[in-house]
Amino acid sequence: MSEIVLEGRNIVRDYHVGGGLFGKPKTVRAVKGVSFTLEKGKTLAIVGESGCGKSTLGRILTLIDPQSEGELLIDGKPINIAKDRVTPEMRRKVQIIFQNPYGSLNPRQKIGEVLGEPLLLNTNKTTAERRELAMQMLVKVGLGPEHYNRYPHMFSGGQRQRIAIARALMMSPSLLVLDEPVSALDLSVQAQVLNLLADLQDEFNLTYVFISHDLSVVRYIADEVMVMYYGEVVEYGTREEVFSNPQHSYTKTLFAATPKSDVASIRARLEKKKAAA
Amino acid sequence: MALLEIKNLSVGFDTSSGQFMAVQGIDLHVEAREVLAIVGESGSGKSVAMLAVMGLLPKTATVTADKMAFNGHDMLTMSTKQRREIVGRDVAMIFQEPMASLNPCFTVGFQLEEVLRFHMKMDGKARRKRAIELLQQVGIPTPEERLNSFPHQMSGGQCQRVMIAIAIACNPKLLIADEPTTALDVTIQKQILDLLVSLQAKHGMGLIMITHDMGVVAETADRVIVQYKGRKMEEADVLSLFESPKSPYTRALLSALPENATGDRLSTVADFMKNEAANAGAAS
Repeated sequence: MSEIVLEGRNIVRDYHVGGGLFGKPKTVRAVKGVSFTLEKGKTLAIVGESGCGKSTLGRILTLIDPQSEGELLIDGKPINIAKDRVTPEMRRKVQIIFQNPYGSLNPRQKIGEVLGEPLLLNTNKTTAERRELAMQMLVKVGLGPEHYNRYPHMFSGGQRQRIAIARALMMSPSLLVLDEPVSALDLSVQAQVLNLLADLQDEFNLTYVFISHDLSVVRYIADEVMVMYYGEVVEYGTREEVFSNPQHSYTKTLFAATPKSDVASIRARLEKKKAAA
Repeated sequence: MALLEIKNLSVGFDTSSGQFMAVQGIDLHVEAREVLAIVGESGSGKSVAMLAVMGLLPKTATVTADKMAFNGHDMLTMSTKQRREIVGRDVAMIFQEPMASLNPCFTVGFQLEEVLRFHMKMDGKARRKRAIELLQQVGIPTPEERLNSFPHQMSGGQCQRVMIAIAIACNPKLLIADEPTTALDVTIQKQILDLLVSLQAKHGMGLIMITHDMGVVAETADRVIVQYKGRKMEEADVLSLFESPKSPYTRALLSALPENATGDRLSTVADFMKNEAANAGAAS
């Protein structure tokens, strides 16, 4: 049996809003009791529309936000950042990659510094060692050592996403949370980044939590799929189960809304249009 | 006669390292009641070509064309004043970021009525009535209240609907949609695409759909132009493009779609172009 890296038991997240001088405070429950388990080396895809709580869940898994209720277990150890301090080892295990590669890199920081910073903060490595490791990582994500001294504005969107991936991998994490990593990218660049993610998963035996609203990408990359709707999990199963036999009406709506690019459906559309005209 | 006809359009930008050609010799034409999709990656010059038609490019750009005619008007020699009368009334454009293309300082109603005031010279009462009617057409609930909302009080999908309402306010003959759904969720994307196509059919508009998403092309277009690095790679009707793509670049784009993945790896455009070059080298 393979080892379980990540487990959530009934995770809940509340946000308290309002409560001004006269206004009553309101509680928004963004994540309403989510449970799941994820094995090492597998990919869990979280699908849903904006506002369904998928990124909130991602932030809880990455130890950025605490859960309001429920248990989160990483490598079998329960963790609640509202109560305990996060140890550097814990931080090292989980890393996140954000959607917008233009917003997630500091424009005044050279790429070398971007990659070296996690090591500077979390380890006692010397400058020369950090430099060496950053150079190696650049090559691994398909960039070159010559990019070490460049600034983020000198890179395209796809290259920046590679840099963000490299930064996340500097601490050799076991779990990577990818929050819509390819939705800001062009089709062909998207394919390159997805290939890179697949290669890295094989090489480092990484576990991915892949947050996305693009079902065609999810179908390609995921082992397990979780569909969220208004903070609740409406569907959870292996990729084959969810895609071949969706149970919940929302999942069916999602499938129906995904553009179909096969020849048969184009022909059907054109015929329908001709009939209407 | 074609609604929009462009022959040999080139657009260059002056940069510190000499001139950069964003569009190189594009020919295109759109008929009334037709949906034309222009597909390409970012940097392929698909937006720039349309901005040139609208006259919205910055001063550093040089636009040259053998012909650029809209509805019988020559867009190249036209004065700025004449252009301003046509742009926004007969040709309208929708942009990618709905949140960024509406002015955050004014209400939705003000921005919608501005077009009607400028182009249609309507009085206040008629404007308000038309504005409500337009918001209803694009499917916004309680339009009377929504007119007084500011853009930040609405969701991305609703802002895009408002943008569409502004664009169709003067019953344009040609609507240019520049990546209208890239910033939106799939379910909302579906609604917006359906809305655009139904409005196009209802008003008999020509519609140019600029996108990088092959799925959007498959769902909306009649005819497709594939553009790469400022050049036209292929032009075909939508069915033959997907059935038997002729240019190697189109084939590469289609094979990069995750749903067309064979085996574990997605083929990328870069691999494809490399193989093509190798084959060409071997053949000669």
